[in-house]
Amino acid sequence: MSQFIIRRVLYSVVTLLILSATIFLIVRLTGDPVALMAEASARPEDLERIRHQWGLDRSWPVQYVTFMQNAFTGELGKSFNYRPPVSELYFQRLPNSLTLGLAATLISLLIGIPAGIISAVKVNSGWDTVAKGVALLGLSIPGFWLGLVLILVFSVWLRWLPTSGSGDWRHVVMPALALGWYFAASMLRLTRSSMLEVLGSEYIKLARLKGLPDFVVIAMHAFKNALIPVFTLAGVNMVVMVNAAVIIEVIFAWPGIGRLLYEGIFQRDFPLVQGVVVMAGFMIVVINLLVDILYAIIDPRIRLTR
Amino acid sequence: MATIPANTRLAAERTWTGRLAALVKAAREAPLAVVVILGGLILVAALADLIAPYDPTLPVKGAEIFAPPFWMEGGSLATPLGTDFQGRDILSRLIYGARVSLIVGLMGTLVAGGIGTALGIVSGYLGGWVDQIIMRVTDAWLALPAIVFAIFLAAMIGPSMWNIVVILGAVYWTRYARVIRGEVLSLRERDFVKLAEIAGASKLRVIKKHILPNVLNTATVLASLTVGVVIIAEASLSFLGVGVPPPQPAWGLMLSEARPTLMAGQWWLTVFPGACILLIVLATQLFGDWLRVRLDPQTRNL
Repeated sequence: MSQFIIRRVLYSVVTLLILSATIFLIVRLTGDPVALMAEASARPEDLERIRHQWGLDRSWPVQYVTFMQNAFTGELGKSFNYRPPVSELYFQRLPNSLTLGLAATLISLLIGIPAGIISAVKVNSGWDTVAKGVALLGLSIPGFWLGLVLILVFSVWLRWLPTSGSGDWRHVVMPALALGWYFAASMLRLTRSSMLEVLGSEYIKLARLKGLPDFVVIAMHAFKNALIPVFTLAGVNMVVMVNAAVIIEVIFAWPGIGRLLYEGIFQRDFPLVQGVVVMAGFMIVVINLLVDILYAIIDPRIRLTR
Repeated sequence: MATIPANTRLAAERTWTGRLAALVKAAREAPLAVVVILGGLILVAALADLIAPYDPTLPVKGAEIFAPPFWMEGGSLATPLGTDFQGRDILSRLIYGARVSLIVGLMGTLVAGGIGTALGIVSGYLGGWVDQIIMRVTDAWLALPAIVFAIFLAAMIGPSMWNIVVILGAVYWTRYARVIRGEVLSLRERDFVKLAEIAGASKLRVIKKHILPNVLNTATVLASLTVGVVIIAEASLSFLGVGVPPPQPAWGLMLSEARPTLMAGQWWLTVFPGACILLIVLATQLFGDWLRVRLDPQTRNL
């Protein structure tokens, strides 16, 4: 077991190194970050001074080592426009993204699990068809367009909900729905296939043979086991939603890290952009590592593979 | 030649023209609604210059700005779906927008599929340290949420339609590499590959003649399911202002231009472009699902 964990941790470290190197190289290969950041009227000697200040006049390997050193100490560099360190800005915004991610996860579970269970229990029925339709629409309706339509309906026409900002629960409803919508579809699909698999297994057949009522079989026996993969995916999805909500946060003026990335791009603040992107990769690598280890604990067979 | 040998048909399907013919034949068996929608959209995009009533980038002469669709008060049949903040015809912009969406969707998928399939085959067939390197890079690129990665690249490289094609190709190849590698790993152990190797075929020849034809079905299915994702990604980038630059008529850009006046209730500016995206993605998804059932028996139960 400990061998498995060590190997997994090593893989994750390698993944993170490649990821950071990729981002590091892209920033430097695609153009001069200083020229990108500076005003068009900046004088060459000013640019030179900024380059020196940021250490950008040193060789790439030296820059990369500094970059990684800073990253490991939680220091992501100084934001060009905001002045405070990137990490400070980042952790200021992170709680908002977590709130939104959590709310969106709840919504995706509330839609996905019941619909998935009904669809699996009444397989090939009218309910199943409806659920399949919902799953398909989940993938086809762009989340940000859903957000715009929600604003149109609930803010402009019905005047029930505020359009933007953060505060009480009413601010969270629409962005969470727009964000969670796509993931509800994946929850639905997974719940359905997982339920179908469990319902076909021997112990469920035995429970039915014992004469247990349908409700007990489904709610007490099948539900528990079928939902392990569903909740795991929900955990991973939540981390993805926290990091990938850029467009939803922009539409609803939600002050999270996605909006921070957006602001960074338009203010040409490349240390900020670089920091937010690296952190997104970092969080997802960590959650994947945790899931792998969790699964190895639950199912010893997994430890033997690879 | 009284009878055609049984293997002629199979041989024909192995050539590129044969494949194309088979594809056309397959398309005719596809669900009607999907073929009509997709075919219609492709036709509209191809013939945009003939169909569109106005230049999509210029205001319509004599039309008001923010004119509503024709059935509403103040609307006119001259601009049937209304006009935008510059007085440009929404219908014409939607028609030209189909071209942008389809080009980016198809070309982006082609680039992603090309890179991913090539790397997947090389990784799976050669194995060893080549495999290790390619797979670790795949893992690393997969760790970034696709849209964040795409926004990052777009911000660094700069907006243009062809840049977006390259960027989305560079973001979405990873899934192909993973899946194709898995298939190649099992193909590599099959007898026909072993025999070809023993017969002295070069690695390149084995890949070209024996591996590639056998993973094309999977790649095609993946591609059909990727088109919709790429189209939504392009719309997202354009919406954020790092995609197709104005004044080009891209659907995502139209949504972005509609946002400042959303509160004024000009719903047609938001509803029509989004509905177009929904329609095209829905059609490609349905087509992809159908294709998967047809080409890939193993995943039929999913």
